[in-house]
Amino acid sequence: MAKRIEATNVSAYYGAFKAIENINLTVEPKTVTALIGPSGCGKSTFLRSINRMHEVLPGARVEGSLTIDNQDIYDRDVDVTAVRRMIGMVFQRPNPFPTMSIFENVVAGLRLNGVRKKSILEETAEKALRSANLWDEVKDRLGKPGAGLSGGQQQRLCIARTIAVEPQVVLMDEPCSALDPISTLAIEDLMFQLKDKFTIIIVTHNMQQAARVSDRTAFFSIEKTGDPGRLIEYDNTQKIFSNPSVKKTEDYITGRFG
Amino acid sequence: MSSLVTSHRTRPPAQPATLRAKRLPRYAAPVIAVAALLVAAGVVYGLGIGGPVLVVVLGALLYLAGLFTAANAVEGRRAARNRTWSALIHSAFVLAVLPLASVVWTLVSKGAERLDGDFFGTSMNNIGARDANGGAYHAIIGTLEQVGIATLITVPLGVLCAIYIVEYGRGRFAFAIRFFVDVMTGIPSIVTGLFVLAFWVLIVSPWFNDGQPGFSGFAAALALSVLMLPTVVRSTEEMLRLVPAPLREGAYALGVPKWKTILRVVLPTALPGIVTGIMLAIARAAGETAPVLLVAGGGAAINFNPFENNQSSLALFVYQQAGEASKYSPARAWTAALTLVALVLVLTIAAKLLARRNRLGR
Repeated sequence: MAKRIEATNVSAYYGAFKAIENINLTVEPKTVTALIGPSGCGKSTFLRSINRMHEVLPGARVEGSLTIDNQDIYDRDVDVTAVRRMIGMVFQRPNPFPTMSIFENVVAGLRLNGVRKKSILEETAEKALRSANLWDEVKDRLGKPGAGLSGGQQQRLCIARTIAVEPQVVLMDEPCSALDPISTLAIEDLMFQLKDKFTIIIVTHNMQQAARVSDRTAFFSIEKTGDPGRLIEYDNTQKIFSNPSVKKTEDYITGRFG
Repeated sequence: MSSLVTSHRTRPPAQPATLRAKRLPRYAAPVIAVAALLVAAGVVYGLGIGGPVLVVVLGALLYLAGLFTAANAVEGRRAARNRTWSALIHSAFVLAVLPLASVVWTLVSKGAERLDGDFFGTSMNNIGARDANGGAYHAIIGTLEQVGIATLITVPLGVLCAIYIVEYGRGRFAFAIRFFVDVMTGIPSIVTGLFVLAFWVLIVSPWFNDGQPGFSGFAAALALSVLMLPTVVRSTEEMLRLVPAPLREGAYALGVPKWKTILRVVLPTALPGIVTGIMLAIARAAGETAPVLLVAGGGAAINFNPFENNQSSLALFVYQQAGEASKYSPARAWTAALTLVALVLVLTIAAKLLARRNRLGR
């Protein structure tokens, strides 16, 4: 299920502005990789270029090569919807579809891609909601709107929606930044369980969170405003947080900078 | 600490010693209002310069001045301003509702006279100036058919156009479309009527009408749809822009293609607003007289076929009856006006209910 991701000399632009420059990084299957760094250093941009969400914005483009199991996702003949089905994404703010019920939200990815059979949809919904640790809380109100849930529940609903299409990789863009500590804990637990099946890449501003959930950590930084973000150090999480090899990383994680 | 308080000029205003402040008694505002009206009445009738309207206007001004003075003396300047502006905003609301209430009252009171089965069951065919009966059956059919056809033409076109502008259009072409839609908003209805008269009735329709210009309800529908289009496009456009980008991204991230995202996520989210815009357009089209007069020609007889021969419409019926030299026609005009307003109201309520049913209950 899970796949390896390799980035080689990846640069991303917003129009003329270069947001990240020459990122080289390999993500192993079935691991959690955390991207940390100060605001504006290009973590989210890099994350969004992995499932080709970056190019949704007008004028945005990506250079370099990004492969998933040696398949370049930026090849001319690659279907972008296939890439996104393989690489799912959870956003910073929970974004359940407001016109759909909880059930419809979870199966939206299947339904909108043509799956109609009710038994399959119901089975998938229950499985995904169980995986997202949400089943017990919503099983009696699957027909109610997804927007009526609490923030933490909405975010788990979005995670359920993402894993319902059975991607290989799950990208998470600060999934807990709008949540309280208890919901955050629920989602971190969830990541531990999901790791068995999926490759997870998470952007976070919370360094304790990066230390808790990830196997590998990548530290991004910029020289000054307007410069492109670069990958400063990429190593095992334990190494990054106990004995980083670059001074800048140490300054950042000890709070002396950023 | 001392350095913080050295600058006297930037020091914030002193904190009040207590949170309580003097308030005008509850009866103050009504007492001032009554007093203001009495004074105004005294002045107006004493000098003999006007009637009740002037009393109300002068009374309102005196009330504002009195309220401000009293509040200023007792409660202070900020509270006085607050009271004055609140009073102004409330009077603005009353001023806005007054004409509406007046229109509804006039329509109902004058339209009730001919609100009978005859009105809704017969046309004006063979009704002379001395006949008290006769009705608007033909006009109601005309309005329903013309507005219905115009809606069928305009809604798909307008919504698709708005989708293009918001979701696909980039650069000059989209900008040009937006600009011309804006320009279209300002076209007077008589001009669209002339346009359809010149283009459709006089040039196109003779081809399949034995060389004769073909006045028809369909031509009126064309003119109405030209009028409706900008309203539908602009309101749909605004509603689509209000749909948050994260919703679209959420769907893209599930591997849903763009067209399906628009169809199944964006449009349903924006639907209630789009429906409101469409209803505004329909209401405007249903009330248009000039284009119908020009290209459908009116007519006293029932004509179910919108593609052949003259048709009337409620608005045109009102116009014609209001100018008719018969003592019975003004009553017909009022009832037709009432019918038109009721029709638009019913349509609007029905559309709102439909749009809401599409949303989930909490």
